[in-house]
Amino acid sequence: MTVEIEDVVRRFGATAALEGVSLTLRAGEFVALLGPSGSGKTTLLRILAGLDFPDSGRVLIAGADMAQVPARRRGVGVVFQNYALFRHMTVFENVAFGLRVRPRRFRPGNADILRRVRELLDLVQIPELAQRYPDQVSGGQRQRVALARALAIEPQLLLLDEPFGALDALVRKDVRRWLRGLHDRLGITSLLITHDQEEAMELADRVAILERGRVVQFDTPSAVMTRPATPFVAGFLGDATRLEGQVAAGVLHVARLPRAPLRVALADGPATAFLRPRDVVVTPAGRDAGNGVIRHASAAPDAQMRCVVEVNGVQLDALATNGAGWMVRGAACQVTIRGALVFGAAGPGVMAEAEAAPAE
Amino acid sequence: MKAAVARPAFGRRRHPLPGLGLSLGLTLLWLGVIVLIPLAALAIKPWELGVQRLGLVLIDPRVLAALRLSFGAALLAALFSVPVGLLLAWTITRYRFPGRRVLDAIIDLPFALPTAVAGLSLTALFANNGWLGAPLAEWFGWQVAFRPAGVVVALIFVALPFVVRSVEPVLRDLRPDAEEAAATLGATRAQTVWRVVLPVLWPATITGFGLGFARAVGEYGSVIFIAGNMPMVSEIAPLIIVVKLEQFDYAAAAGIGLVMLVLSFLILFALNLWQRALRQGQA
Amino acid sequence: MSSAGQRADEDPFLVRWGLIATSLALAVVIFLLPLAAVFTEALRRGAAPALAAILEEDARAAMGLTLLVAAIAVPVNTVGGLAAAWAIAKFDFAGKRLLITLIELPFSVSPVISGLVYVLLFGAQGYLGPWLRAHDIQIIFALPGLVLATIFVTFPFVARTLVPLMQEQGRGEEEAAATLGAGGWQIFRRVTLPNVKWALISGVLLCNARAMGEFGAVSVVSGHIRGQTNTLPLHVEILYNEYMFVGAFAVASLLALLGLVTLAAKALLEALAGRRVRATA
Repeated sequence: MTVEIEDVVRRFGATAALEGVSLTLRAGEFVALLGPSGSGKTTLLRILAGLDFPDSGRVLIAGADMAQVPARRRGVGVVFQNYALFRHMTVFENVAFGLRVRPRRFRPGNADILRRVRELLDLVQIPELAQRYPDQVSGGQRQRVALARALAIEPQLLLLDEPFGALDALVRKDVRRWLRGLHDRLGITSLLITHDQEEAMELADRVAILERGRVVQFDTPSAVMTRPATPFVAGFLGDATRLEGQVAAGVLHVARLPRAPLRVALADGPATAFLRPRDVVVTPAGRDAGNGVIRHASAAPDAQMRCVVEVNGVQLDALATNGAGWMVRGAACQVTIRGALVFGAAGPGVMAEAEAAPAE
Repeated sequence: MKAAVARPAFGRRRHPLPGLGLSLGLTLLWLGVIVLIPLAALAIKPWELGVQRLGLVLIDPRVLAALRLSFGAALLAALFSVPVGLLLAWTITRYRFPGRRVLDAIIDLPFALPTAVAGLSLTALFANNGWLGAPLAEWFGWQVAFRPAGVVVALIFVALPFVVRSVEPVLRDLRPDAEEAAATLGATRAQTVWRVVLPVLWPATITGFGLGFARAVGEYGSVIFIAGNMPMVSEIAPLIIVVKLEQFDYAAAAGIGLVMLVLSFLILFALNLWQRALRQGQA
Repeated sequence: MSSAGQRADEDPFLVRWGLIATSLALAVVIFLLPLAAVFTEALRRGAAPALAAILEEDARAAMGLTLLVAAIAVPVNTVGGLAAAWAIAKFDFAGKRLLITLIELPFSVSPVISGLVYVLLFGAQGYLGPWLRAHDIQIIFALPGLVLATIFVTFPFVARTLVPLMQEQGRGEEEAAATLGAGGWQIFRRVTLPNVKWALISGVLLCNARAMGEFGAVSVVSGHIRGQTNTLPLHVEILYNEYMFVGAFAVASLLALLGLVTLAAKALLEALAGRRVRATA
């Protein structure tokens, strides 16, 4: 089922939570809504669920305008941030709730409810917890209950509000993969709200990035990663270091960086450069003292090692291929800049590249 | 751009849950019929007398004496309730001992015991041949029942639970880490209680004091049995209102009632301000 | 110095037991002695006269009236309290603080004034007195007055126990229920009500205890007509003023029992609710 969000505005007093958001979700798609806290993610989710209402703009679900449709008639499944399970009902009754409150003529019989709740509990792999209360199961199990409860109403659209927030890091990865597998099996259009880029990148077909109430980019994870549309996106994703500089005659100049003439196809003027770890190459200092110092180095199982180097008082995230042996805190090193993502006064980012023969 | 065109008017904001109109409507009907309209009558009625005659009613020595007794005895009772209430709250939240649950439950007795019963039994206790009245009279020559002292005793019974029940939740929620921190900084136990625990309890104590005081000022049932009700000596203000009503002097009764209400609210308001200042000082 | 192994937030043994002993002694004098006195005085001449006083005709009429008044006043305040708590806890609207203050207002009004206000409205010389007389409706010195005064003094009980609890519980479960297709009444009955049931019962019990035991407010509007407008607490006063002490204390014991049962039920409910709450933590 498609979801069309058209120019939705929502203000709380003087502050605008959403300032003209437009998004279109294709049927069966898994979309992640990614943004820092306060960017309006949850407000958008509540508007889709019918728990909040836009000041202007439209929401269409499967082509129908939702303006006059209350939450109870939307058939949108919601997994709430803290799950909002009914604490006085067993897991079974939580899942059965959506079936039991249907108008009498659509309400399944008890045997039917029993069967369907069983199926759902099997689907989310917690059939043994049916008679427990929410406060007697773990965080991960609660999440599954919340999901089964949302699926019980056979929604065509599933909204997930930071569903992994309450889980510890160990189980998060497993649960993510399991959830994506479930999505692929059921084919429900899904919208995931998150502030965790790793989560968004791994799960979603497309990622919408929200900045202060506006969608600043909506694209596939790889496109968002490699071609960020705005400095905000470039800064929000990855561990890029942001530096201000100048473009003159097609070359980027950043004060305090080691001599690294970076060619960039931008007009002259001020520019913002993002140096991602892979743009910064660190090698052991040779006979000379080198131009940088290792500040932090973290061990990694593979050959690539993450580190933080300091050059002329600027700290940069860097990747060091080969040679874990020498990399200790305080070691001198040689830092070479291979490239950068540069934003001019306007327009999308442009890759800058080092000249063929870097000095030194 | 036509942003903010469809801005809904105030109060027209749609709510995700149904039932605001019904529940708020019922609430306002209930509040209006039972509380607001009758209290409005109280505020209007006294002025039928005209300012001058109303003044004469209020400065009648008997009325003044009754107001003094009601407010003075309520103040004494609420003041007495502060240390005793703090002690009881401390004991039931901090210690485990046999009988703690009974003690905890029995503190609510004044809430649940009809006031007439309380008045009757306190009178029996403090009468000259009562379990407490006899020894007090014999050893100290004190007489409590049928005296202003009796009024204070009855009001203590009424006011005490308010202090305990206001302080108790704060004491229960107080994390031990503040006390532990004080100990690591070299404070003795007494210093810790005095400088760390008590200041946190003050706002709640004032709340309890205010609630107990307000309740005690207006208390009727438990007092009239033990007070003796002698004009100028042990006659409380609510009783004066009853007397005026029995003489069908509605306006005078309403005038005294209005004065009582306004005075209590002023005192509660002052306590509220004090409490707010304390809270800000702690924030 | 504190002894070895004593925790920082623990008091020395002597202090602890000194405070416990003092508290228990105070509780005995302030709370238990009065209670004991009621029953002792009632049984001063044995059980038979006490029982006779309770079963006597006027006492039975007073009992019936007390039950009737409570049976009207308590449901009214329960419905009003539930409506108020639902509106206050589940919605945002201007003037909410004021509404809460106004609902708690009757607690700081003297019971005598609570009765007086209805006399001012409905009494013979009250604002509506002439109209009521013309239509032959009696409110003051009759059942409606007793009921109104009782509703006034017990007004905040249910709302006061529910509002903080429901505010603390938030709106998450109700909103979840709405997205699952539940309507307003279904949300209220299946989600909200079960979550507050212990607090609700506890509030209703306290409301009922006060309704049955109220003295000052009903005294003002009652007219004290034996067998007709006399509630149990007023009956106690009449007996006492007529020097029928055993009878007065016997009827008082009955009321004291009501209070004790209420306290026990409340403690039991808190234990029940507490078990659920602790399981949540």
